Amino acid sequence: MCALAHYLEREGIATVAIALVHEHAEAIANPRTLSVPFELGRPLGAPDNPDFQRRVLRAALALLDRPAGPVLEEFPDPAPEPADYEGWACPVSLPRPEAAPDGNHERLVADEIARLRPWWDLAKERRGRTTVGASGYEIEEAARLVGRYADGAGPDDTEPGRKLSRSLKLACDDLMAFYTEAATAQPGAAASRDLSDWFWGETAGGRALLALRERAAGDGDKGMQLLGSLLILPRSQAHRAGA
Amino acid sequence: MTCYADMPESVARHLARLPLPEIEGGAFALGPPLAERRVAVVSSAGLGRRGDRLFGPGAVDYRVLPADADAGDIVMSHISVNYDRTGFQQDLNIVYPLERLQEMAAAGEIGGVADHHYSFMGASDPAPMQPFAEDVAAAMRAEGVDTALLVPV
Repeated sequence: MCALAHYLEREGIATVAIALVHEHAEAIANPRTLSVPFELGRPLGAPDNPDFQRRVLRAALALLDRPAGPVLEEFPDPAPEPADYEGWACPVSLPRPEAAPDGNHERLVADEIARLRPWWDLAKERRGRTTVGASGYEIEEAARLVGRYADGAGPDDTEPGRKLSRSLKLACDDLMAFYTEAATAQPGAAASRDLSDWFWGETAGGRALLALRERAAGDGDKGMQLLGSLLILPRSQAHRAGA
Repeated sequence: MTCYADMPESVARHLARLPLPEIEGGAFALGPPLAERRVAVVSSAGLGRRGDRLFGPGAVDYRVLPADADAGDIVMSHISVNYDRTGFQQDLNIVYPLERLQEMAAAGEIGGVADHHYSFMGASDPAPMQPFAEDVAAAMRAEGVDTALLVPV
């Protein structure tokens, strides 16, 4: 990311960069950088908090008035938590996946999607948007592809001209987005860690992705190996591998 | 600031091992006062419009995000799973603060907002991005944009 600032400045475009990793910002030394104390994935700090987002933007854009650089400033405040935050709970009480027999990922994920669907519909209506669907699949199709592969079935039908590893990656991303969009449909903030722990630890969707990951890592295809080793399970959830 | 010490150990270990590009710095473009600047967003979140080519491993090019694109048409195909996406799912502005910039322009805090914005995918080697970044700069100049806000993920 930071390299782009140097390239744009050489072309006469003034830049100001927000940085989420302070050590990287120090090393790259962009012309103007605002280093922010937020988690990766949240460069403006807090979703649905326009006032706080504006504060971050104002602090960043103010650096444009500096006459020389490099400038590296730190934004002082952590992302705010809602005053009434008391933890988060999924609106649907799903069965604990540990109780389910193996080899049923496709069915179990389909069941969960059906139960989460009303909440996903509500989330989409309230936000006026969804991030699900980059794969090009309907969520049921994405779940079927993931579930069948996790169950050990042979290559399923995928988008023409797209490798199975690519289709699976996109389907997995859509599946995770569907679950967490549904789970945050009700007003009230959820900490990202809560959502990640819930998906990976308490849903059949998470179990299916863990099984898929394990199978892909042992595949002979390099794309599948990459998928299994790096592109499914976040490092922060690595302790669940092989569980 | 978020330092390695503030992150999960496994994430910090990975980030600390990443080879950082060696880039010749020194360029420092000046411009008018903030209230006269026209600003474009350059994201590295792997954003694109629904139906655009998706980002894949090693992608070094970019996607164009027209300012009038519907928020529901913006999707993310960054390959990394090691950052939070739930904020983006709840509020596009957390990675692509176009509405906030438009509000600041309406209030006269900045001069204006570009008609086109851009997204790369930050996980890739930046060196081959240079010609694409030059194309982005040319497109910005052509529409009178003098300032880029770079937003990571």
